[in-house]
Amino acid sequence: MKKLMLGNEAFARGLFEAGCSFVSSYPGTPSTEITEFAAKYPEIYAEWAPNEKVAMEAAFGASLAGKRSFCGMKHVGLNVAADPLFTISYTGVNGGMVICVADDPGMHSSQNEQDSRHYAIAAKVPMLEPSDSSEALSFTKLAFELSEKFDTPVIVKMCTRIAHCQSIVETSDRIQMEDKPYEKNIAKYIMMPGMAKKRHPVVEQRTADLTEWAENAPINRVEKGSDSSKGIITSSTSYDYVKEVCGSRYPVLKLGIVNPLPVKLIQDFASKVSEVIVVEELDGIIEAHCNSIGVKVKGKELFGNIDELMPNKVAQKLGFPYQTGDKLEDQIPMRPPVMCAGCPHRGLYYILKKNKLTVLGDIGCYTLGATAPLMATDTTICMGASVSGLHGFNKAGAAGLKTVAVIGDSTFMHSGITGLVNIAYNESASTVIILDNSTTGMTGHQQNPTTGFNLKGDPCTKIDLEALCRSIGIKHVRVVDPYNLEECDKAIKEEVGRKEPSVIISRRPCALLKTVKHPGPISVDSSKCIGCKACMNIGCPAISIVDKKAVIDATQCVGCGVCSQLCRQNAISKEA
Amino acid sequence: MTGNIMIVGVGGQGTLLASKLLGKLFLEKGLDVKVSEVHGMSQRGGSVVTYVRYGEKVFSPVIDKGQADIIISFEILEAARYVDYLKKGGLLITNTQQINPMPVITGAAVYPENLEEKLSKLDIKLECFDALSLAKKAGSTKAVNLALLGKLSKHFDFTQEQWLTAIETSVPAKFLEMNKKAFLLGRDSQ
Ligand SMILES: Cc1ncc(C[n+]2csc(CCOP(=O)(O)OP(=O)(O)O)c2C)c(N)n1
Repeated sequence: MKKLMLGNEAFARGLFEAGCSFVSSYPGTPSTEITEFAAKYPEIYAEWAPNEKVAMEAAFGASLAGKRSFCGMKHVGLNVAADPLFTISYTGVNGGMVICVADDPGMHSSQNEQDSRHYAIAAKVPMLEPSDSSEALSFTKLAFELSEKFDTPVIVKMCTRIAHCQSIVETSDRIQMEDKPYEKNIAKYIMMPGMAKKRHPVVEQRTADLTEWAENAPINRVEKGSDSSKGIITSSTSYDYVKEVCGSRYPVLKLGIVNPLPVKLIQDFASKVSEVIVVEELDGIIEAHCNSIGVKVKGKELFGNIDELMPNKVAQKLGFPYQTGDKLEDQIPMRPPVMCAGCPHRGLYYILKKNKLTVLGDIGCYTLGATAPLMATDTTICMGASVSGLHGFNKAGAAGLKTVAVIGDSTFMHSGITGLVNIAYNESASTVIILDNSTTGMTGHQQNPTTGFNLKGDPCTKIDLEALCRSIGIKHVRVVDPYNLEECDKAIKEEVGRKEPSVIISRRPCALLKTVKHPGPISVDSSKCIGCKACMNIGCPAISIVDKKAVIDATQCVGCGVCSQLCRQNAISKEA
Repeated sequence: MTGNIMIVGVGGQGTLLASKLLGKLFLEKGLDVKVSEVHGMSQRGGSVVTYVRYGEKVFSPVIDKGQADIIISFEILEAARYVDYLKKGGLLITNTQQINPMPVITGAAVYPENLEEKLSKLDIKLECFDALSLAKKAGSTKAVNLALLGKLSKHFDFTQEQWLTAIETSVPAKFLEMNKKAFLLGRDSQ
């Protein structure tokens, strides 16, 4: 049946059709929906793991037990899961094991622009790269076959423009997979030096075999062109842009497997055209390979390695005409993302700022507290770095600075807890604030170990954050309501003033959760408002100044009441 | 020939439903379709764009500057932001609603004045209307997207029934009547 499917939905369909029955992932844009869609198939066991390393190891365990298994993550997630990846490459698999890594060229929702193909090369693991939903489905199925045939985990690399684009797919039935029996095999599965030394040559031979396979693989194909003055080697979205711009003017070598890359196929393609151009996003990986096999190409000197490609850039560099439309002369103000009206993070950030604290920040919706007017945080690196960084900062003792770390509930479970163990164990007088909004907000509201529900939506064990923190030796643990500014202020002053480790849990569910009932919009009594703008200091998108008085947009306001606590004139209330 | 429609607005305004609906209609017509959405960070009140492309064979998931036949904008500053994505002579349908972005709220930037008039001077076809009022009339401010789609529907040869069927299969039953009403108000507006 023909259907319009998001790349990520098609990927999940591929998992289903391939007979995959175990999925463990950690959310991350643009990979999240693969796992959410996979969870809708009753045939697939699917779960959110606390982080990507755990997810990958769980998927490996399921593969070992004989099932086809999967784990998905965003590009930076693979940094976290790199450790198991490099060694699962040595052990190989039992049931097929497929990993999705989703890159984000252009950094629509990411903290860096890393190119995950480097991991495939470094870990010596094959990587496929689909360029639309239909290929997301078929490559996923193929990836399982390759995984079992070559005894290796296989990475399917997605990116924002493939993951979040709907295009047409044709679906088919699920393959019925028999579980492979598990057999104890010390030489294969115990990677201590003696065994690993014997596995490394196996890995090198596998790469040679896969290169041979890539020479004739149907997913690497040459498309004819009418003009052989240029030949283009490309993959993924870059292929889409090349075809959009050039049609069938130049011959195109479309690569579906980007590690290992074929040799003869590329040499042969190059021999039939006058000049070879490589069009690829981010780093020049195909280009470097071409140069290493004696094929002279042009690539990064034309396209650079920064940002995503776009059709006009491809047109410009390949010498095709393109136009741009008319613009207004006005400066158009930016519209950066903001914390929503009613976001529980806002009140707490206001208090942090008011107390002039140095705030080691982390990754989540609360990262937006770094933007004007709050500008409440000092750092954002990677998940968990707030807590561990705070410990180092405090041990180094920057004179006179008062500090805290802020970290979301999902991020805390992901990798904040290990940093807190360090604070407890090595005893730094650090205060960690866990922003517990009962969800994984930034990536679109996934459950996590602190929410009490699993990926399928069923009730499950809920990690008790207070008990967890106490159990590792944090003596001072308290809970505050971030809608209550006075309470937050008091707690923060007291805990920051302490000479011992402490944790404050700022608890209030995300304002967007369907389970949350709001009191409803409040408004400004303009006869009382003196236009002092105190309420503007919290950066709520629902409040603006019109004719020198504050007004609250009733379509956005949920009635959290944080602004009314700042108003000395008592001008903001429900009744007004 | 490929048709290129961009839907722009502010994260949270419901731009995704409009693109989903359009995708469905073109698919049923037997065309190749690509609909690119933005998920993640910008959905938190940032500027959002969705691309809908249809034709015999569609390659690029996105539309670049100077390529769009039609832009539907949920907010007039966003119309101004993306207007150079339109082809010369292209159609801009925009809601007149104004939502202040944070730099305007904090006073770091100003919201440009008289955008409607300035846009009307460009080499484009402009249809400005108050979709928010129509949505309110239909029963919810959330129905802005359907009012805009109604306005857009006049530019395609799908029948009213085809549109309404597509709406039926895309929105929850609870909100169906309200959404249909908003669509028709938009379709019949001047
Ligand atoms: C290693 C890694 N995995 C995943 C992500 C994607 N990601 C960004 S923020 C976030 C979760 C945020 O949830 P939480 O900490 O609960 O904060 P909230 O957004 O709810 O405020 C995730 C999964 C990432 N940036 N890095």
